[in-house]
Amino acid sequence: MKRNNALNLLFSILGGLVLLFIIAPLVGMFFSTSPNDIIETSKEAEVQKSIWLTLLTAMMATVFFAIAAIPFAYLLARKKFPFKKLVMGIIDLPIVIPHSAAGIAILGFISRDSAIGKIASEFGLNFVGHPVGISIAMAFVSIPFLINSARDGFASVPIKLEKAALSLGASPIKVFFTISLPLAWRNVLSGLILMFARGMSEFGAVIIVAYHPMIAPILIYERFGAFGLKYARPVAVIFIIVSLLVFVLLRLLSKEKNDVRT
Amino acid sequence: MMLELKNISKKYDPFNLEDISLSVEKGDYFVLLGPSGAGKTLILEIIAGIIQADNGEIFLDNENITNKRIQKRKIGMVFQDLAVFPHLSVKENIEYPLKNHRINKSIIREKVINISNKLDINHILNRKPTTLSGGELQRVALARTLVSDPKILLLDEPLSSIDIQLKNDLRKLLRRINKAGQTIIHVTHDYEEAVLLANKVAILNEGKLLQTGTAIEVFQFPKSKFVASFTGVRNFFPCILKPSYSKGLKNVIIDNSIEIKLHTDQTQGTGFILIGDNAIFVSNHKPETSACNNFLGEILEIIPANNSIELIVNVGIKISALISLESYENLSLFEGKQVWVSFKATNVKFLPN
Repeated sequence: MKRNNALNLLFSILGGLVLLFIIAPLVGMFFSTSPNDIIETSKEAEVQKSIWLTLLTAMMATVFFAIAAIPFAYLLARKKFPFKKLVMGIIDLPIVIPHSAAGIAILGFISRDSAIGKIASEFGLNFVGHPVGISIAMAFVSIPFLINSARDGFASVPIKLEKAALSLGASPIKVFFTISLPLAWRNVLSGLILMFARGMSEFGAVIIVAYHPMIAPILIYERFGAFGLKYARPVAVIFIIVSLLVFVLLRLLSKEKNDVRT
Repeated sequence: MMLELKNISKKYDPFNLEDISLSVEKGDYFVLLGPSGAGKTLILEIIAGIIQADNGEIFLDNENITNKRIQKRKIGMVFQDLAVFPHLSVKENIEYPLKNHRINKSIIREKVINISNKLDINHILNRKPTTLSGGELQRVALARTLVSDPKILLLDEPLSSIDIQLKNDLRKLLRRINKAGQTIIHVTHDYEEAVLLANKVAILNEGKLLQTGTAIEVFQFPKSKFVASFTGVRNFFPCILKPSYSKGLKNVIIDNSIEIKLHTDQTQGTGFILIGDNAIFVSNHKPETSACNNFLGEILEIIPANNSIELIVNVGIKISALISLESYENLSLFEGKQVWVSFKATNVKFLPN
């Protein structure tokens, strides 16, 4: 019993250190930035614009790619097919490759020389340096989070319930929307939030595809490069506050939705 | 013939079905009886269309539905774990099949009210399934399946996970549903359920159908050793319990002629009695023992069994008794001989309808 207590104490101390490691730099940054600087910086049009652009492009990436990613996650959870393990590996690829390298790959994929770029330019659209390009870069690095989380959600829905719904006369598509998706919703939503969050904070891939228009992470980087730490800090603080607010809000919304299960 | 399975086979480890053929008439209460692992659920799922058979055909009302899609079959199934949708209220669960068929809202409301009155769940319509008891969930699952008027109701072990009092209630309910014209196929491992509910019984073991017939045919005249030992009791008879409110012995009457003494908490009504064939004594003279039930009858048949002899004695009803080879020789028994049959009141079990 005594030994157990000592072990608990040791683990708690180690845990506290890890927590401190996460919190200390953030708190340090907050304290070394004057409220005045934060207020002044938040009034700057460039800052406001970049934050809106970040939220918007991350949202676009999440919503647009979710339409294909969620059904795909269902397929992964339910069906056996050849090379399934390989497919799962491919899905995790964006997590393991360096994001600047991902950016280079995407640039090649959407630049005007590429097939997709050519088609887009037919419609007068150039993805490079365009919010759509930014969304694509964000989606590339963040989509594994949605697919993996949604897949776990669908896998946890008992197949019996889907069979029962079919035997009650529902079509497979109706079973998906009325049984599988609502029951997996907690994980799907969690995946959507993760994808959105990961997209918002992306820097490496986006900077290669589009330096301008400037999303918040790039603005922070630019201010740091051009003017130094003092000027980069207020933007960073504001962006962190906005991010936290958005996630608290989304988590609250998801909590309400979770009640459908009980 | 309402439902017909012709030579259905399915490899589905570890339950492999081999050449299953059976037919169910409209209004039947068909019980598929077998030990766990026999493939009973698999047969239900093949009938429902959840699983496709490898070979064979299924006909419903003379229509070949072998390849018909599950949602078009008009066969309702209540799963063993009920599969009530946890995210929908009781009402939404019951409405679910109706909403799949583009039915007018007012008709849906009416049907939901009707079925919930019938199954006595109208007071829980707005509750979530997680707040319900086992018996309530069972009724919700039944209501949800019955509300769309399926041609056949498939029940997978519907009485296995509820307590005895609820079992009696649910049995009554199932019998009532069946009497109202609903054809039912009921899967179970419990022969008492089969005795009490079925008008037809099929015995399944290791993916093979061993015997099909009326309950009396199958239980009293098992065609194989497995059926005889699995069903266990050969001596079961429909009877009427003579009204009695005393605590002591009670009497049941069989065929308006034979009276048998037994112990039961029931006070009156109809039902079945079961007498274990090991619990029956046979003698040449009227025995002076504590056994209350003593009958004189004629030996109709002598059937050699495993290290023992089975006797069928006609005492007004045909009673089956198992005796050892030694006793058989000591008593010098032969077909046509008059013998006394006796058994204790405590060895008679009464199952009320």
